Amino acid sequence: MTDLTKLTIAEARSGLRKKEFTAVELTKAYIARMEKKRGLNAYVCETPEQALDMAAESQKKIDAGTGGDLEGISLGIKDLFCTKGIQTTACSNILKGFVPPYESTVTFKLLAAGANFLGKLNMDEFAMGGSNETSAFGPVINPWSKGVPLVAGGSSGGSAAAVAARMCAAATGTDTGGSIRQPSAFCGVTGIKPTYGRCSRYGIVAFASSLDQAGPIAKDVRDCAILLKNMAGYDAKDATSAKINVPDFEQFLGQDIRGLKVGLPKEFRVEGLNADVAACWDRTTDMLRSRGAEVVEISLPHSKYALATYYIIAPAEASSNLARYDGLRYGCRVDGKHLDDMYINSRSAGFGTEVKRRIMIGTYVLSAGYYDAYYLKAQKVRRLIRDDFARAFEKCDLILTPTAPGAAFPIGDKSMNSNPIQMWLNDIFTVSISLAGLPALSLPAGLSAEGLPLGMQLVGKAFDEATVFKAASALEQDIDFGSVK
Amino acid sequence: MAVDTQTVRRIAFLSRLKIEDDKIAAAEEEFNKILQWVDQLAEVDTDQAEPLVSVNEGRLELRHDEVTDGNIADEILANAPMKEYGYFAVPKVVE
Repeated sequence: MTDLTKLTIAEARSGLRKKEFTAVELTKAYIARMEKKRGLNAYVCETPEQALDMAAESQKKIDAGTGGDLEGISLGIKDLFCTKGIQTTACSNILKGFVPPYESTVTFKLLAAGANFLGKLNMDEFAMGGSNETSAFGPVINPWSKGVPLVAGGSSGGSAAAVAARMCAAATGTDTGGSIRQPSAFCGVTGIKPTYGRCSRYGIVAFASSLDQAGPIAKDVRDCAILLKNMAGYDAKDATSAKINVPDFEQFLGQDIRGLKVGLPKEFRVEGLNADVAACWDRTTDMLRSRGAEVVEISLPHSKYALATYYIIAPAEASSNLARYDGLRYGCRVDGKHLDDMYINSRSAGFGTEVKRRIMIGTYVLSAGYYDAYYLKAQKVRRLIRDDFARAFEKCDLILTPTAPGAAFPIGDKSMNSNPIQMWLNDIFTVSISLAGLPALSLPAGLSAEGLPLGMQLVGKAFDEATVFKAASALEQDIDFGSVK
Repeated sequence: MAVDTQTVRRIAFLSRLKIEDDKIAAAEEEFNKILQWVDQLAEVDTDQAEPLVSVNEGRLELRHDEVTDGNIADEILANAPMKEYGYFAVPKVVE
């Protein structure tokens, strides 16, 4: 039999229906792979027994012809999603041992569609990081590493690495400033951050609530379409989830893109842009053009302020969201002389350096006397950034940019870790889109001179993931990344 | 804007985080580097811009304010580091 872990979800689904193999066989193949690749540190909690039990149940449904959209498909779940009865830590010491008594809406929907979960995936602590190095469980190793171990990107580093190493059919991720797209680019897989409000945030450990969105990381564009349809939708438990129809995204794949207007933001063509990245951008632009798309230059004049805006707004929201970790109701508790002491001791022991840094920045920009100068100012610039996109979308249907400024870098890289801003620059092409709440997909588009994957980002209008999927599927055919690697 | 040691200590306390005395100088330096960097926003003209709180402004759904679950005290307390008599237990706050 062929290696079942090489099948996409669409292929596996068809094989299951044709009885070429069973859901248990498929799940066992992934479990074997998960064990074999354990050295990558992609999983922080493995649940193979549950996965097998569920696969057996799925097989009964498949036999009866009643299976759901994801019946018998084995997924990995980012450790930011609360999973009932299974440890959920956000890869922070402050939540070690936390077992949620409830299920997040997104994972609930995936289970209802017939998926089984192989375990919880590594990530940057509380999704704060771009290299998975802030995880309390240690960094994930990028499966593309040759000699020196490379980062998998972040924060959904475990998700992207697990998909790339075929340790799950696909994975859930979350994206606040680039956390689905950048690791997808670094690991040579496909991931989409949908429009803010597409997926319910209920049961996802909160980082920055006005930005956080869940989305899939998968082997290809079609699998992303299948998964997103099964993750999205209005949820009464999240007031910010949108009451907007969720289309069957698969129907847009392979559609003609003639006449599609593709915008290239001139401000993203920064001086000193990595030559491989620039070449990859040009190549993919040409591919779209040869298929009949019309390429236009657009301007996003405020995008250069996006990173600074983001690093005020996201920490502000994080400082507020993370106030709940007080050592009282759940998580790590370190006793003190009095209540305040207990809070301080618990939080100081439980949070890592990057999380503490962001809580402090957030607390500062929200504190009396600085609120207007920083937080309010950032919110105003955020509107200008969003208005830029609205204006750009009068001239185009879709925006094409690189996902990240370069390929994966070594774990513990000195220059990246020399100061926090250097690391934050990894998000330079992704944060403005997050601030505007727009959907964006990253797909592998080529290799760097060192032979490492580079990703390109397709950005759509709000709730127009359809156009993103349409163009991504066209690009995917032309790029043929599978044969590149 | 730049912060001094005293401000860093105050922000740490507001954040309920401890910074050891030998780490305070480094924290202050880093804090100032970050603030200096975000200060670039000062050059943006925002006189005509309303603050954007959320991208889905005006699209929030209302729902009925009704009880949808309850009687799950055991579940709620299941992860508590310390509990007594069906309550979360804390260090003594009143002398």
